Amino acid sequence: MMQEKYLSRNFDIPNAHTLEVFEANGGYQAMRKAFKMDGETIIEEVKTSNLRGRGGAGFPCGIKWSFLPKESDLPKYLVINADEGEPGTFKDRYLMELDPHRHIEGCIIAAWALGIRYGYIFVRGELQHAIRRLEGAIKEAYAKGYLGENILGTGFDFDLYVHPGAGAYICGEETGLIEALEGKSGQPRMKPPFPAVVGAFQAPTIVNNVETISSIPWIIEKGGEWFASMGVEKNGGPKLYGVSGPVVRPGVYEAPSGVTVRELLEDYAGGMLPGHELKAFIPGGSSCAVMTPDKLDSEMGFETMREAGSSMGTACITFMDTDTCMVRLAARLAHFYHHESCGQCTPCREGSGWVAKVLDEIEAGRGRMEDLDLLLDMCGNIEGNTICALGDSIAIPVRSYVQVFREEFEQHIKEGCCSFPAWSKRRKGSSEAA
Amino acid sequence: MAVEFSEKADAEFKELVSRYPNTLAAMLPVLHLAQREFGWISVEVMDYVAERLDVHPTKVLNAATFYTMYNKTPVGKCHVQVCTTLSCAIRGGYELIEHLEEKLGVKLGETRDDGAYTLSEAECLASCGTAPMFQVSYSDGEIEYFENLDDEARVNQVIEQLNTRLASLPDPRKMH
Repeated sequence: MMQEKYLSRNFDIPNAHTLEVFEANGGYQAMRKAFKMDGETIIEEVKTSNLRGRGGAGFPCGIKWSFLPKESDLPKYLVINADEGEPGTFKDRYLMELDPHRHIEGCIIAAWALGIRYGYIFVRGELQHAIRRLEGAIKEAYAKGYLGENILGTGFDFDLYVHPGAGAYICGEETGLIEALEGKSGQPRMKPPFPAVVGAFQAPTIVNNVETISSIPWIIEKGGEWFASMGVEKNGGPKLYGVSGPVVRPGVYEAPSGVTVRELLEDYAGGMLPGHELKAFIPGGSSCAVMTPDKLDSEMGFETMREAGSSMGTACITFMDTDTCMVRLAARLAHFYHHESCGQCTPCREGSGWVAKVLDEIEAGRGRMEDLDLLLDMCGNIEGNTICALGDSIAIPVRSYVQVFREEFEQHIKEGCCSFPAWSKRRKGSSEAA
Repeated sequence: MAVEFSEKADAEFKELVSRYPNTLAAMLPVLHLAQREFGWISVEVMDYVAERLDVHPTKVLNAATFYTMYNKTPVGKCHVQVCTTLSCAIRGGYELIEHLEEKLGVKLGETRDDGAYTLSEAECLASCGTAPMFQVSYSDGEIEYFENLDDEARVNQVIEQLNTRLASLPDPRKMH
């Protein structure tokens, strides 16, 4: 069920990251078309497209844009959340490394539509290759007059910079990201006020994900209705999906919104590696509830995944095989969240540590039956009691592992040990398969 | 010896500061620059950055200690960081660590006595489709990803490559 590619169209074209090749393949035409449209028309087109934020929360992009005040005494900002760090997620990297000009074109269109003066692409510091590609492309765009003052004689000024992160998962949260942009520790802010009203440098700010903005040129070029038709109800567009774990062809794949998990596993990624049997999967990053193979026919969509008992998140699916110990995996993820908690809210800072300790004890064979309810109780005390969603991101998955795989947890406690092979002693995948 | 940016770094510093409405906002890129110049972020380096950005030293301390990419103690010339978070754990990240401990002659979390290698565990590096993998942060400021490391021969090849590169890398302990 392969389809025509849009977001990933340039991934296989050699040197598509250069301005010359990008333009030879139709690049920067959407920008020119947008300059003939007014901001209101563009915002309406984005609303019609049903483009939902691609970072994980799925907020309708056009609605978010309409929250930005038209008039402002301070210059308005566009901040791109390229702090890709949700475990299991690796799609935005491809857009930045392989097609940076499409992203820059999306930034220019967004800024034009919204009357924004400055943009910062906040890329996690480890992604030095993506940073270099973006900086190279920005330099080319300046030289061509697509960035800077009086762009193509329109009278429109827009400056765009790359801002490197420095290693903190919490900066993927939009207000943590803004704090880090301002040179502080990335501790999320209370909302309201939302960034659209008081964001970067106290000014109205739009924060969008990389893939969201890279979708904008297609909406301008082919129209909001076309984009909406490439998806399911309330969930428009072609979209990138990641597939990882013990599968034959892990990678990033483009498919319409509404593709099923089974299609992504079997048709795109070639199924599980020979000798590996599917046990569970997470649909869109480690913060989502774990799902079992009976849910394989669920459609990838914000509503459909919620109905199926989880969430679409970043749409990068991680598959696990029957060698995977769910207690150990839950413990590993709890340690991740404990490490990444910014520390300002007690339930998250302390709770994540206690959850990790209890899970470690169960995995080591020292658990007690009452620990299972204790874990659920702790999750309940964290969820909803923190400034940002990181607290929920501990509670939701941990609760799901305990509930969905309760027998496995009980087995660890009854037998006083873990009977799964150690991480480093698991069956190795064969890359020659299929 | 007091720390001070080279002429080239100083020009870069000024360009970075010009990107933001205030100097504080240049903190993260300037700390990256300082680490590249001085090898690691000592208190002396923090004081220098504070002076250059004209902010209180505690603001620099705040950023330098919050973010994991800034080394508050010197690391090896090659800082090897193995991802073990989710897909990498499932696809052999821990096995990779055991192999590296043996081949590099350094225990996880430690720096080899000659200052060549530091081996650490890292959280998700957005490389899940090419798991297992590690990132190497070189002491000259470069970062390189090595992916699809489920084949021992390939890992050994990468180690050879790193060993060759060591000669041209500065020792962070001696950079200031």
